[in-house]
Amino acid sequence: MIVAGRRGHLLMALAAVAIACLPLVASNYHLQLASTALVAAIFALSLQLLVGAGGMVSLGHAAFFGIGAYAVHLLPPGLSVLLTLPAAAGLAGAAALLVGAMALRTRGFFFLMTTLAFGQMLFFVFHDTPLGGGKDGVFVTRPALELLGFVIDVPRRDRPAMLLWLNLGLLVAVYALLAALMGTLFGHALRGIRANEDRMRALGYDTGRIKLVAFVLAGALAGIAGHAQAMADAFVNPEMLAWHHGAEALLMILLGGLGALHGPILGAFAFVGLGEASTLITERQRLVEGLVILAVVLALPRGLAGLGR
Amino acid sequence: MNALEAEGLTRRFGGLTAVADVSLSLALGELHAVIGPNGAGKSTLVNLLAGELRPSAGRIRLGAEDITAWPVFRRARAGIGRSFQRTNLLREATVFENARLAAQAAVFAPRRWLRAAARDAEPIERAGLALDRVGLAARAALPAGSLSHGEMRLLEIAMALATRPAVLLLDEPLAGLGPEEGERVAALLRGLARDHAVLLVEHDMDVVFAVADVLTVMVDGRVLERGPPSAIRASAAVRDAYLGHAA
Ligand SMILES: Nc1ncnc2c1ncn2[C@@H]1O[C@H](COP(=O)(O)OP(=O)(O)OP(=O)(O)O)[C@@H](O)[C@H]1O
Ligand SMILES: [Mg+2]
Repeated sequence: MIVAGRRGHLLMALAAVAIACLPLVASNYHLQLASTALVAAIFALSLQLLVGAGGMVSLGHAAFFGIGAYAVHLLPPGLSVLLTLPAAAGLAGAAALLVGAMALRTRGFFFLMTTLAFGQMLFFVFHDTPLGGGKDGVFVTRPALELLGFVIDVPRRDRPAMLLWLNLGLLVAVYALLAALMGTLFGHALRGIRANEDRMRALGYDTGRIKLVAFVLAGALAGIAGHAQAMADAFVNPEMLAWHHGAEALLMILLGGLGALHGPILGAFAFVGLGEASTLITERQRLVEGLVILAVVLALPRGLAGLGR
Repeated sequence: MNALEAEGLTRRFGGLTAVADVSLSLALGELHAVIGPNGAGKSTLVNLLAGELRPSAGRIRLGAEDITAWPVFRRARAGIGRSFQRTNLLREATVFENARLAAQAAVFAPRRWLRAAARDAEPIERAGLALDRVGLAARAALPAGSLSHGEMRLLEIAMALATRPAVLLLDEPLAGLGPEEGERVAALLRGLARDHAVLLVEHDMDVVFAVADVLTVMVDGRVLERGPPSAIRASAAVRDAYLGHAA
């Protein structure tokens, strides 16, 4: 998996500036749509750390997204986002530690199935026990936007813009973190594991430990995405943890490109845009989405990210 | 002192005993060759020493330490490097990246995980040295998968070297090489034996007899004979059991 070079990062920075300027021109509805894409991008990016970098295809990744979202429900209402966000990441990361410690004993297809099983277990915890607050979901109080003791009170009509900036900031931060990580010895080792795990072990890498650390980090980042979603919707529901939500993120990665760190960001925007466009022209939204994704994946084996190379 | 020592190593696969009660010691500065017909258990022995396989019985010591239960990566970190009989590289990465990953393994402690790889000079330098030593420096920027078979065999050795091992386990490094490349590797092996304890599994008898200090002949998982090349060449049992086939 490659990390974009200087030119790519310049383009991304320009795109980020353009998104930040959206509130000047776009309706609140479209700002919310953009926020949805940003959150999806964070989520898909967190999964890319497992799939694209480490070669671990997980079908249970949505569970950590959901735990991050439910953290907002489980924590006392009215806390600062500076508390709830790290707490969401921490809870999701802790869950990922437990799941990863067991699931990473397997590889390939069995890893896929094991993560699916653990993901569904967590889904049912929130779906069927009092912990989750009901199978239809539950409204939550948005954490307070509090910086350095100042509570920023956002009027209702400005909220979509505020959330957009927040989510954009998170996406940029998560991307920068992962891009830097890929350049470290750890990042190199992780990519080596994807290419040839047995060889890496014979070279002296404790591949089990490296994969577990990546799994926990990916879980924590998914938790951040989940928290952002709860913050945007003021609502959480068990579907956030469902396996097909994770599969959607896998589709975004496929669409955007498995081979590039920024692939999932392109994929997330394409996916959300495609969903929106297809509802405009048809009621058979899923069918259109499916066909377009299939066509893109077949025509562009490197995904949208491969277009620029 | 012996660098690596195996005692009574046995490995069974179901009803088949691939390695039967093999004892063996490798010393620094010595090249110990293991020869034997196909299926004699040579690769299994290498896999037992490297930790890829657990022995059914027997013990392995590295220096003073009993490493029988150690996993592969821990043995590698402790100084056992190996090459594989079937070329085992990161094919899409470049030759240099393969060597650098190997060199990075030696410094990969948790407190250095977050070091920027581009600024970590030591592994970069060591990867370059290892490629130099096997004569692949000019190929550094190519994808490993694009190398010729012979060059891949050399890269296998360079990767093992870049981890800075004390013990080298080389499983048929000359397999499939032409005479010219074979000559180059043979010269390399002689050099390696000066500062490593080398276990060499090899079918090319000319090379083996030219470079080995000690020879172990395996047949059906057992040690048939052991001794310096001259003694092995003269052994009637070895000629009957093995060299006879080859001639
Ligand atoms: N994983 C395994 N499972 C079952 N049998 C195995 C396994 N690995 C090796 N064997 C068997 O053990 C015996 C020894 O195999 P090994 O690969 O060690 O031989 P070798 O001396 O390296 O042969 P060659 O010269 O062909 O490389 C063979 O009969 C082989 O079929
Ligand atoms: Mg063999």
